[in-house]
Amino acid sequence: MSAGARRRAIRGGRWLLPAVLIAVLIGLWQLAASTGAIADALNIKPFLVPSPAEVADSLWQNRSLLAENAWVTLREIVIGFAIALLAGLAFAVLLHLFETLRRAFYPLVVASQTIPIVVVAPILVVWFGFGNGPTLAVIALICFFPITVNALDGLRSVDPSATKMMRTLDASRWQTFRWVEAPSALPYVFSGAKIAVAVAVIGAVFGEQVSSGEGLGRLILQDGYHYEVARQFASVFVLSAMAISLFGLLALAERRVVTWR
Amino acid sequence: MRQDTKMPTQAREFAAAAASPASPSPGAAISIRGAGHAYGELRTLEGLDLEVPAHGVLGLVGPSGCGKSTLLELVCGLRDPLDGTIEAGGERRAPERLRRCAYMPQRDLLLPWLSALDNAALALRNRGASRARARREAGELFERFGLTGFERTPPAQLSGGMRQRVAFLRTLVAGKPVLLLDEPFASLDAITRGEMQQWLAGALGADPRTVVLVSHDIEEALYLSDQVAVLSPRPGRVLATLRAPAPRAPDRDAAVTDPEFVAARERAMTALREGAR
Repeated sequence: MSAGARRRAIRGGRWLLPAVLIAVLIGLWQLAASTGAIADALNIKPFLVPSPAEVADSLWQNRSLLAENAWVTLREIVIGFAIALLAGLAFAVLLHLFETLRRAFYPLVVASQTIPIVVVAPILVVWFGFGNGPTLAVIALICFFPITVNALDGLRSVDPSATKMMRTLDASRWQTFRWVEAPSALPYVFSGAKIAVAVAVIGAVFGEQVSSGEGLGRLILQDGYHYEVARQFASVFVLSAMAISLFGLLALAERRVVTWR
Repeated sequence: MRQDTKMPTQAREFAAAAASPASPSPGAAISIRGAGHAYGELRTLEGLDLEVPAHGVLGLVGPSGCGKSTLLELVCGLRDPLDGTIEAGGERRAPERLRRCAYMPQRDLLLPWLSALDNAALALRNRGASRARARREAGELFERFGLTGFERTPPAQLSGGMRQRVAFLRTLVAGKPVLLLDEPFASLDAITRGEMQQWLAGALGADPRTVVLVSHDIEEALYLSDQVAVLSPRPGRVLATLRAPAPRAPDRDAAVTDPEFVAARERAMTALREGAR
């Protein structure tokens, strides 16, 4: 076997195992659903436990409805995430530049995480009204924390001797930020953004469900009322595909931007 | 060969003042009088008196933790002494000293996100030069430093010796009359270190500056300096100031085996041992 072929085989092997596992799980699910084993065990009607084949069929039959709702959800996630990214980075830079602000705000930022978003969401509905406004607010709120905290950690991770060196090289405060602190913080910012985008999907679903907006979260809730379980599974499938793609996009951007790691 | 064209106007004036024998060159010398420093309760330096003439090289040796690096930070104006005065490049106030001194830290601290050339050109960019001009000016020195062809290389792909040369180049390009070097070659292997010492002696010969060189290696300090100050364990005090055998021989291996050099090294060792007691 040539070195290239071996390398390809190894790389293939990294995906082979999870792929086999997924195939086996889907197979088991198909078997359990089509024989009615799960429905019997749960003592419910068999049509409430769709098989993977039925989910795939529902995915295809409802493709335009799912796409419409997925578009709404995706837009909410992107906008909410973007708001959190801008606000989080600006806040982190501010806390980094002003030690007093950091000491005042940092404990508050951490403490705010002990208030579950479930409690805050109904208030947001009151403030922003029904529709997609509260969902945006929920997404922005839960994305804000990981982005801010990671960016601040990154800015503070700078080697103090590098800062001193920059001062002897006549750097202004801004130049030290531009050449040393901001690039040092970048990998941290990406870590925070990747965490944020994952929780953003959860936030979107939850936000839509409390605020009666549109989107996949709302669709999943409605389908529950009408026992459209196959379509619920289809929505979940679309949601996770969306989350994985967004995460992958950020990982890709990170590899393009942070070339020195 | 002076590189005056590569210095900013101010540094050029200082270098000119230093080069002129008529003026007593207040601009380029270092004068430390009764300087002391403490971190809180911990005294790090006490009653230091040191003088470095213009274009002189002062070596500082002493046990670990005796405040050598702190002394460099004091001289270049990153800190102020607790007592006594420090004058560098004719300036007493810390912000002014900072403008006269360039500091090369122990680790090269090259920024991994910039190319070798952009690292070297940092000081020029900081002073407002365009990227193109900063690169051109720093790039002219790359050949002299044996770095041709590595302008666009990221620091991670350079050898240890090359990284140190880029770091020194960055310090030199800043165009300051005073250079403070904190164990510049401590991280290198013995052979590379020897080569780099000889190279630095040559570089300073071609482009003289007033230098304070911290080293834990007596041989390195004696080879590169005109005078070597031996410091005591904390709080650091000057135990002895030794004249290094002059002039610096071009070949390092020949220089360090010279009987006069060996005798100077013995005197420095004796001073260090007595200080440790």
